[in-house]
Amino acid sequence: MYQYDEYDQTMIDQRVKQYRDQTRRFLAGELTEDQFRPLRLMNGLYIQTHAPMLRVAIPYGMMTATQVRMIAHVARKYDKSFVHFTTRQNFQMNWPKLEDVPDILEALASVQMHAIQSSGNCIRNVTSDQLAGVNANEIEDPRPWAEIVRQWSTFHPEFAYLPRKFKIAVIGSPEDRAATKLHDIGLHLVKNHDGQVGFEVFVGGGLGRTPVIGVQIRPFLEKQDLLSYLEAILRVYNRLGRRDNKYKARIKITVREHGINHIRELVEAEWVQIREQLKLDQKEIDRVKQYFTEPDYELDAEQDTSYSEMLGQDAAFARWAKQNTADHKVPGYRAVYVSLKKPGVPPGDITSDQLEVLADLAEEFSFAEIRSTHTQNLIFTDVKQADLYALWLRLEAEGLATPNINTLTDIICCPGLDYCGLANATSIPLSLQISEKFDDLDYLYDLGDIKIKFSGCMNGCAHQSVGHIGILGVDKKGEEWYQFTLGGSSEADASLGERLGRAIPKEDVVKTVTEILDAYVDLRHQDEAFLATVRRVGIEPFKERVYADN
Amino acid sequence: MLIIKDREIVEDNWVHLSDDDSLIDGNITVTLTRWQEQHEILSKHGSGLGIRLSGDDPLEELVPDLHHFQLVVLLFPVFTDGRCYSYARLLRDRYHFKGEIRAQGDVLRDQLFNMSQCGINSFELAKPETAEQALSAFDDFTESYQATVLRPEPLYRRR
Repeated sequence: MYQYDEYDQTMIDQRVKQYRDQTRRFLAGELTEDQFRPLRLMNGLYIQTHAPMLRVAIPYGMMTATQVRMIAHVARKYDKSFVHFTTRQNFQMNWPKLEDVPDILEALASVQMHAIQSSGNCIRNVTSDQLAGVNANEIEDPRPWAEIVRQWSTFHPEFAYLPRKFKIAVIGSPEDRAATKLHDIGLHLVKNHDGQVGFEVFVGGGLGRTPVIGVQIRPFLEKQDLLSYLEAILRVYNRLGRRDNKYKARIKITVREHGINHIRELVEAEWVQIREQLKLDQKEIDRVKQYFTEPDYELDAEQDTSYSEMLGQDAAFARWAKQNTADHKVPGYRAVYVSLKKPGVPPGDITSDQLEVLADLAEEFSFAEIRSTHTQNLIFTDVKQADLYALWLRLEAEGLATPNINTLTDIICCPGLDYCGLANATSIPLSLQISEKFDDLDYLYDLGDIKIKFSGCMNGCAHQSVGHIGILGVDKKGEEWYQFTLGGSSEADASLGERLGRAIPKEDVVKTVTEILDAYVDLRHQDEAFLATVRRVGIEPFKERVYADN
Repeated sequence: MLIIKDREIVEDNWVHLSDDDSLIDGNITVTLTRWQEQHEILSKHGSGLGIRLSGDDPLEELVPDLHHFQLVVLLFPVFTDGRCYSYARLLRDRYHFKGEIRAQGDVLRDQLFNMSQCGINSFELAKPETAEQALSAFDDFTESYQATVLRPEPLYRRR
């Protein structure tokens, strides 16, 4: 993966120094809260219900074993020995002290990590596909491009005070595992009619109060023009985006108010002016690509027979291997999901001790790397099939092998009212109740691929509007109620869920999930997946089931 | 009043006229509205002439007239309003404005680095008495990844 050179390291070291001084001036009363807020937000620091929350960037989800050990260390030294992985591949610490944050950042900088632009009205951490570089369907590895975008967006002097936050995701295969159409800019590596690889560019996607699926602004962009085109979009948005109302300030609203055709004209007009100046050199593309070459795969990995033997001997292992591992482009290798959705544990949470075990396992089994996923899990991307059984045993011992990836209990969930100052309702305790209710694995596998996304308020951090089942906490006169949507998707066929009906009281949330699933089991055609059934029959039959008794 | 200009603290020698102030001798700045209404008389002004722009003003309409001005003042009503960063870059990169570009309004130490990278070279700080301390802001970073006004070649062409 990418390694900093002296330029990269100097910049993050200088950022730590700058932020240390900003914190000092705030504590000394030289900066007001209003002046400090955007500065700390641009470094990922929120002030939450109980304590500050620090969000640390994991560019496109990639971590080394060394970095994972440092995360474990800072969580132990400065927090309560656990961290929370987010839907944008970052991690959060929920209890750091404001005055400790400069030290935390200094520790992270020593292993090439930072919290730069992980919040605030600026270009956020760039995200990508967790199977980048290892999946067979890939047109091209998106990670070098994600890194090029990371560097361009880091401390961009013109775009530090945008109308609102701005998120970019890059993928390189037709399946969308990064929810790119729900980003302000989604970049898809595609092949044109001449066999040339470039980017299809989407703009104006986003969640929150007004969920919108991004629309295509350019069908094909040559790769060397990537940065000039991004700069053109950002400049148009910086000038045109609304600043009078923060709920109408995202680029999705700019696109809606001006129309995609007008926005496209403005962007293209801006782009022709800067295209030559910002052309990417092949030298730079090659420089970045050299960090993402294939590891030394063993060519005879497929010859191993122990894997199929163990699959036959150990049903629990076979169940896990089927559910929690994914195909790899190299025969004899698989990608292994580490489930952070064990029943009873808040989705996305992991302890320092567990992180240290994962760092060891990464070194032993997966070229010392580990990645975070958009679904709040972790993944080892390069494990030999001969090693899977040994790896499974170790993960199982740590409670990290719950075989529930892509099932109902692989719930995406925001921190909710328990941690977050914005939330209207609790989310984690209810998602735990759902996990506990549906702990029968055979039933889960029978239900198949169902994505529940659960947010504690309409800011939608858990992307509930694109959940197959979306659950949104709302406040009604001081009580917590929950709005259900069905039929959303964040993948290549992205769609927004349709509202089921009036909000459900807290005590009926688990029952409502049960009723929706019962209706699905009755309605489905043979192996039809939940989303396909909802799309085929519409929302009415589900509505009838859920609201029948009242 | 003391301002920062080209990284030094200097006495300001400009007067910002509101739209109903009478014209005076010496260096003056006016709003875009006043310039559009009185450009004939203003273009004969004997001393320095400057114009004040906010992010609401249509920059492109002013471009044919830029040669009349020695100073362009960009207004930051709140420091979180980032529109004029783009104005500064366009004035320098695209319209080749060589005169002084000044930030006015909610101008604070922590934005000076970015402003200067975008081509702003003078600053009326919200609290002029903090100017001495603020000077170090220009050295917060010694590099940037991007092509900026101060470093027209992006880092990827220099590494």
